[in-house]
Amino acid sequence: MNPTEHLAALQVVVPFLAAPLIVLLKAKRLAWAATTLTSLLTFCIAIALTMGVLDGQNYQYFMGSWPAPYGIELKVDAFSAVVLLIITGASTSALIAGYHSLDKQIGAKRQPMFFAAWILALAGLAGIVVSADAFNIFVFMEISSLASYVLVAGGPDRRALPAVFKYLIFGTIGATFYLIGVGLIYMMTGTLNIEDMGVRIADVADQSPVLVAAGFITVGLALKAALFPLHIWLPNAYTFAPHIVTVFLAACATKVSLYVLFRFDFFVFQENLGGQQLHFTFFFLPLSVFAILIASAVALFERNLKRLLAWSSVAQIGYIVLGASLVSIAGLTASVLHVFNHAIAKGSLFLAVACLACHIKRLRLTDIAGCAKAMPWTMGAMVLAGLSLIGVPGTAGFISKWYLISAVLELGGATGVFLTAVIVLGSLMAVIYVWRIVEYAYFKPQGKKPAVSEAPFGILAITWIVAIGNLYFGINPELAVTLSESAASVLMGHNK
Amino acid sequence: MIIIFAVFLLTLLVITAIAIVRAENLFVAVMLMAIFSLLMAANFFILDAADVALTEAAIGAGVTTVIFLGALSLTAENEKKVELSRGVAMSIVTATTLLLIYATFEKPKLGDPEAPVHQHVAPWYLSETPKLIDIPNVVTAVLGSFRAYDTLGEVFVVFTACIGVLFLLSAKNPADKQSRRTPPESIGLRHHLIPKVVGRLLFPFIVLFGLYVQFHGEYGPGGGFQAGAIIATGIILFALLEGEKTALAAVPHSVMMAMVAGGALLYTMVGVVTMFMGGNFLDYSVLSSNPVFGQQMGIILIEAGVGITVCGALLAIFHAFAARENY
Repeated sequence: MNPTEHLAALQVVVPFLAAPLIVLLKAKRLAWAATTLTSLLTFCIAIALTMGVLDGQNYQYFMGSWPAPYGIELKVDAFSAVVLLIITGASTSALIAGYHSLDKQIGAKRQPMFFAAWILALAGLAGIVVSADAFNIFVFMEISSLASYVLVAGGPDRRALPAVFKYLIFGTIGATFYLIGVGLIYMMTGTLNIEDMGVRIADVADQSPVLVAAGFITVGLALKAALFPLHIWLPNAYTFAPHIVTVFLAACATKVSLYVLFRFDFFVFQENLGGQQLHFTFFFLPLSVFAILIASAVALFERNLKRLLAWSSVAQIGYIVLGASLVSIAGLTASVLHVFNHAIAKGSLFLAVACLACHIKRLRLTDIAGCAKAMPWTMGAMVLAGLSLIGVPGTAGFISKWYLISAVLELGGATGVFLTAVIVLGSLMAVIYVWRIVEYAYFKPQGKKPAVSEAPFGILAITWIVAIGNLYFGINPELAVTLSESAASVLMGHNK
Repeated sequence: MIIIFAVFLLTLLVITAIAIVRAENLFVAVMLMAIFSLLMAANFFILDAADVALTEAAIGAGVTTVIFLGALSLTAENEKKVELSRGVAMSIVTATTLLLIYATFEKPKLGDPEAPVHQHVAPWYLSETPKLIDIPNVVTAVLGSFRAYDTLGEVFVVFTACIGVLFLLSAKNPADKQSRRTPPESIGLRHHLIPKVVGRLLFPFIVLFGLYVQFHGEYGPGGGFQAGAIIATGIILFALLEGEKTALAAVPHSVMMAMVAGGALLYTMVGVVTMFMGGNFLDYSVLSSNPVFGQQMGIILIEAGVGITVCGALLAIFHAFAARENY
């Protein structure tokens, strides 16, 4: 067997093969080691796929050798490659960083099940991204959702349970809406393959089931992507999850739903449904503006560090959707670029939070007062990542905001100026909420609290590696920009 | 005639659904859910979806009812009254319902041979299955081979659900620590004559029927999912009759975990072997020199994997609830 031919399938098969074995690993730390190794292997596969995509290769794979649309087709293009890199990279770095804290937070007997759930979440998210079949995407959505509910509820914090229950209800409604939509389209076209749907839907595009299906799929996926105002499950789920789990999920979970949303909309609906482009813009543009402004404003007044960052995530989803809602190459490039850059920035921020949590029990802003003296490296990484979140020149965040502003200005006229103002205003609010963290950590006196010391070397090292990624991709943005541009042309290529 | 029966069943379905929503006693709601599932199974049967009907009857009416009752014994019997205004929720639900009804305005008629679903992939499945796989049940061919990757995904959904429930229920409850008494010995229904006699009489037939459904899936309705659920139902009945301890002695916890992991592993391994033998993932044709025989072999193997995982998972979930109850 030639492994390069099977790369797209291996992205899912490797974690699938590992999951049942991990459940049976009883020895101490073995489950963690096996999970980290598997995750690292999937990361390598994602890198190999990305390099192939950059070489112009198109990965198409037929499960069971049955041709599409009779069998299930996998497909990896530039857009999928970006998202795969984020998923596997986030999972691997979070696992390495979690060596100490996960062992402390989860009882030894429960660890095999926890890590199996982790690897299943990874397999599910990767499976969604590589698949080119609408129903297959639903199956993997189920796997990733169930597994991430387990992960969020995994820690010792009992407040995670009501949060995860809300997450479960919302996630289930989102997935069911998606399934209803796919069912209706299947009824009208007789196919489940996304490309094939795009071809066959043209004849029936103006009939009521297809219109309703477009609505259900869009709303269901927006719910899973935590697009404002459907975000209410997100802040508490991120806040009360184990810190390491937050690193993993905050970097990629909502982005995978956005991936499916964009793919469906640009491949199936836009070229066929009359006026869909306009509807897409009218629906998403205002929502993304609200997301940027309102979620950032809430973050300004938030007292809990993790919840502050979670609200900032809701705002960042706004930027991503804003780019896509312009339905232009420039807008989509900015959007995909921000998916990538925000994953690095938010990933390193939550990694720094996990470093803080090694010695500080509660994470209200007042609890971290004056901690910079004892934990200079942790806070250094957090400041660096914070700068990227704001979009300061020289960091990755600046690149995507720059592209976004140029895309918006392409519109010209009052709309362009207004949207630019929104982006600038959102960034200014980011300056303030990042400053609040800095102010507490550096300039407030430490209260009468037990002395804290620097986090263990391992977690600190991985935090810094990811944090330096913010600088690296800020100075050498070619890789991310090339990938995003070809992702945008893949999406727009379907939309003549 | 069949139309009248279908309308009758659907009417009952709506009445049951309303009753479930209105029921304040959770035990009543659980029982109504079981009835709902049975009605649903009958509906599927009328629509000629025998495989789905069997699954709905075994899982919806059988196993989930037992698991619901297990969960119910950990909580109160009556619904908690919540004074919330339901205006927003009601309007969203109404809007969604109206939209769905609107969607049906232009849908193809039921059973219309001109409908898109009967024009595209379905005729290909019907005409190619005898040539390529040569088994009479096309549903099994689609689930087991043409869309085997979906079925693999569903097995992992069951797997994830199982370890998720076990993980959550294995959490230590700090409040329980002081008040924990020695768990009362669960003795089942051993002292009740009628359940005991009827149950013991039924048990071997249930397991036998499960095995039949498992190995006859290529010819008639059924397959791994249904068989796993039926066998699990039989063993759960045994546990209810003889007490949980006796059942755990027969199928210990380690065996259940080995089943849950082993079935999923078996399925994945079949795919990996086909990769090593030169085919794509889950391309069973390469398993034997005769591709048709290879397909049949592959389907039998993966159906075994499905059955083992589903049976193990349902048993493990049942015992997890039952063990929690004894605190």
